[in-house]
Amino acid sequence: MEDVEETLRALLLLALTGDGAAYAAFLTQSGAHLRAYFRRRLVTSPNEVEDLVQETLLALHNRRHTYQTTQRLTPWLYAIARYKLVDLLRAQSPRRQVEVSLDDDEGASELLPADASPAESRRDLLKLLDTLPDRHRLPIVLVKLEGRSVAEAAAAAGMSEAAVKVGIHRGLKKLAVEASKRR
Amino acid sequence: MKTEALIAMLARGEARVAPRSVERRLAATVATALLLTLIVALATLGARKDLGAAAQLPMFWWKLAVPLAVGTLSFAAARRLASPGRRTGAAAALGVALLAVLWAVAAADVASAPAATRAALVLGHSAMACVALIATLSLPILAALFVALRSLAPTRLPAAGAAAGALAGGIAAAAYALHCNEMTLPFVAVWYVLGMAIPAGLGAQLAPRWLRWA
Repeated sequence: MEDVEETLRALLLLALTGDGAAYAAFLTQSGAHLRAYFRRRLVTSPNEVEDLVQETLLALHNRRHTYQTTQRLTPWLYAIARYKLVDLLRAQSPRRQVEVSLDDDEGASELLPADASPAESRRDLLKLLDTLPDRHRLPIVLVKLEGRSVAEAAAAAGMSEAAVKVGIHRGLKKLAVEASKRR
Repeated sequence: MKTEALIAMLARGEARVAPRSVERRLAATVATALLLTLIVALATLGARKDLGAAAQLPMFWWKLAVPLAVGTLSFAAARRLASPGRRTGAAAALGVALLAVLWAVAAADVASAPAATRAALVLGHSAMACVALIATLSLPILAALFVALRSLAPTRLPAAGAAAGALAGGIAAAAYALHCNEMTLPFVAVWYVLGMAIPAGLGAQLAPRWLRWA
């Protein structure tokens, strides 16, 4: 358990200073832990699991600046996972008040199992991306999907470099909002 | 989109973030709010006319110290609660202890005063205005802090909302203290505290709906 904490924390700290390979490894390993976490808690709706993993990964990315370097990483990760889970359960049964434990140590005190075999996601984030306005969609497609530099993307889309950066940032937040709406 | 592809997408390009983003975001909001609230309070209510003379008296500074202490503790709590997986921390307990001391000292003041002057010691001459003006001044600050918190990631929403409200109340009460010419600790212990408690309660109430982020 301490190994997971140390490994993930080291990877995220590297990622936050600009190490893309460490970031990919962080997200992959986090995804495996999230998958196991959600599979245990969504026994009756297993086909929601992969959607929720993806939504939580998007949240980890969009909220990565809220990881404070003095805090433990796994409680941060599982608090976001629990927040997303509560959102889903509320959406599933809006009439019933869903009671979910808000104990932030819950996830961290488990054995942190991992599950590296993804199921099919039901919702396609790429289709959702297509619904975003151009100022958000184009920067994400050009830079994050096609791998072009910010300067190339700016030239291709006829936007300023600053607008491309803002477009990626806001666009990914917008994508998260849309994803949590369409359940 | 497969999860693998999503991860590749998220990891491509720049993932760097500036260190201490949470503190800087909240501190920037507080600094702006403090400045604007001071300007609004001084422009509309005005400073008390005897500000220079009053500043010679310890009570003037105590009246300022109470909201500033509330503000400092609430800032510490909000800063923690803006990140997932952190609890309120020592700030809440310290706040309760501070209130207990304040009320104990105020009660002793009232008890040691002649019976005929006790009511005036607590009620002063501007109790309702004090509560209403502190609460009113705090509302735009509360809104600004909610905007800031939504860009962060609070997961304990009512606690984060209460911390934001108490912080807004502390800033508003500190600005109001420059206008207010009440000079007794019991007055501060009742009406300033009530004025700051209103935005704190409001923040906790509004948080589940308005602090929600995706």
